[in-house]
Amino acid sequence: MASLASPLRLCRGILREIRAIKGLEYKQSLAYNYVLDQFRKNQITGERYCRAQEEALHASHSYLCLLTSTRQHMALYDMYHGKGQRDTEEMAGIVGLRLPTQPGGKGWEK
Amino acid sequence: MQVLNPTWIGKTCLLITLVTDTMLRNLVRLHSRVGHALSPPIVYPRSQALKLPLTLLSVNSKYYSIITERKKFYKDVSISHGEAGGMFEINLDQRKMKTPGGKLFTAPNEALAIAVANEWDTQKDTLKFYSMHMTTLCNTALDNPTFRSKDQIITAALKYLETDTICYRVEEPPTLVELQNNEWDPVLNWIEDRYNVVIGSSTNILGPEIPQATMDTFRQHLGSYNFWSMTGLEYVITQLKSVVLAFALIDKHITVEQAVLLSRLEEEFQIGHWGNVEWAHDVDLYELRARTAAGALFVHFSSESSTVKRKLMQD
Repeated sequence: MASLASPLRLCRGILREIRAIKGLEYKQSLAYNYVLDQFRKNQITGERYCRAQEEALHASHSYLCLLTSTRQHMALYDMYHGKGQRDTEEMAGIVGLRLPTQPGGKGWEK
Repeated sequence: MQVLNPTWIGKTCLLITLVTDTMLRNLVRLHSRVGHALSPPIVYPRSQALKLPLTLLSVNSKYYSIITERKKFYKDVSISHGEAGGMFEINLDQRKMKTPGGKLFTAPNEALAIAVANEWDTQKDTLKFYSMHMTTLCNTALDNPTFRSKDQIITAALKYLETDTICYRVEEPPTLVELQNNEWDPVLNWIEDRYNVVIGSSTNILGPEIPQATMDTFRQHLGSYNFWSMTGLEYVITQLKSVVLAFALIDKHITVEQAVLLSRLEEEFQIGHWGNVEWAHDVDLYELRARTAAGALFVHFSSESSTVKRKLMQD
């Protein structure tokens, strides 16, 4: 199946992502405590093939994928995405014009 | 979905005319940025003077707003138990979070609440609503801005089966044909076994003939999901463009990365041949992964209930 199937690697991966997000105080974050809690709870099971454990593993794999891919997507977005539209005053200023002023206010403004 | 009012555009032509063309192009770009009929989250729809000339449209619109970014206005995110039966609420700096429709934001379980809270926690300086996929899904499930019933959602989801990616095969080049057979056939066989249906693949331009019995089986199976899970599942199907892959992912047969790879199989094949373009291919890949992962997680959290049974230690 997937290469990250081991729970230890998944747990470490998720916690690493949380640290990348939060910085120094990552241990006090909500997600950190919850994730550790969940991993500990699902560890002990009496059965050899535990369905709930497999499901929890799949869910944590999905969450790791969510965190990593959002981070990578935002990194690429910041690098490549256009800056958007400039203010109309700036835009006029580029070609050396100024916006007209209407002392009575424009028609649709209150 | 909010339709662009033509008379409004006429009024703004009173501004500099050289701005108009770029404005329309940017509006289209912003619309495609939001992507689908899910609304981005707004906490308090108060009228702020935003720098973009889209202020008039965005502030006064009922549900649909084209605000894609905002300054961060809180420091701490926390969750709390709500009053009504086990629902969780999110607090931004002591204030309760609301959906874009104005309702109080409530999550049915702690895991979902923590995932959403973490998304808000991730934001720095500016809030980027287009990166908050779990929040968007929760808002859609709570507000239901398109007023659809569960049956309508199921019908919309099953429509994708007629043009399912997995079932649409090419006839040439032979390497791609082989790749499709090797990668897609196992998933197709799995779903046919698991649900006892006949789907089949086709190289025909019209796609495979899906027998009515198959549709009925799937409809009955989808009927067993609750409204929240169905919202998430339809989202995953829409992202992956395939019912078969979505089912394989939700039934935990494949991982998110595998599902995304199978969905983009031909693209990956062409990338392998012609090369990768980072600002297009990688952006698409990560965005698809993020959205699919969010959808899968959303379905998982909405349809599970967990209890802890403690066994006594006996010697």
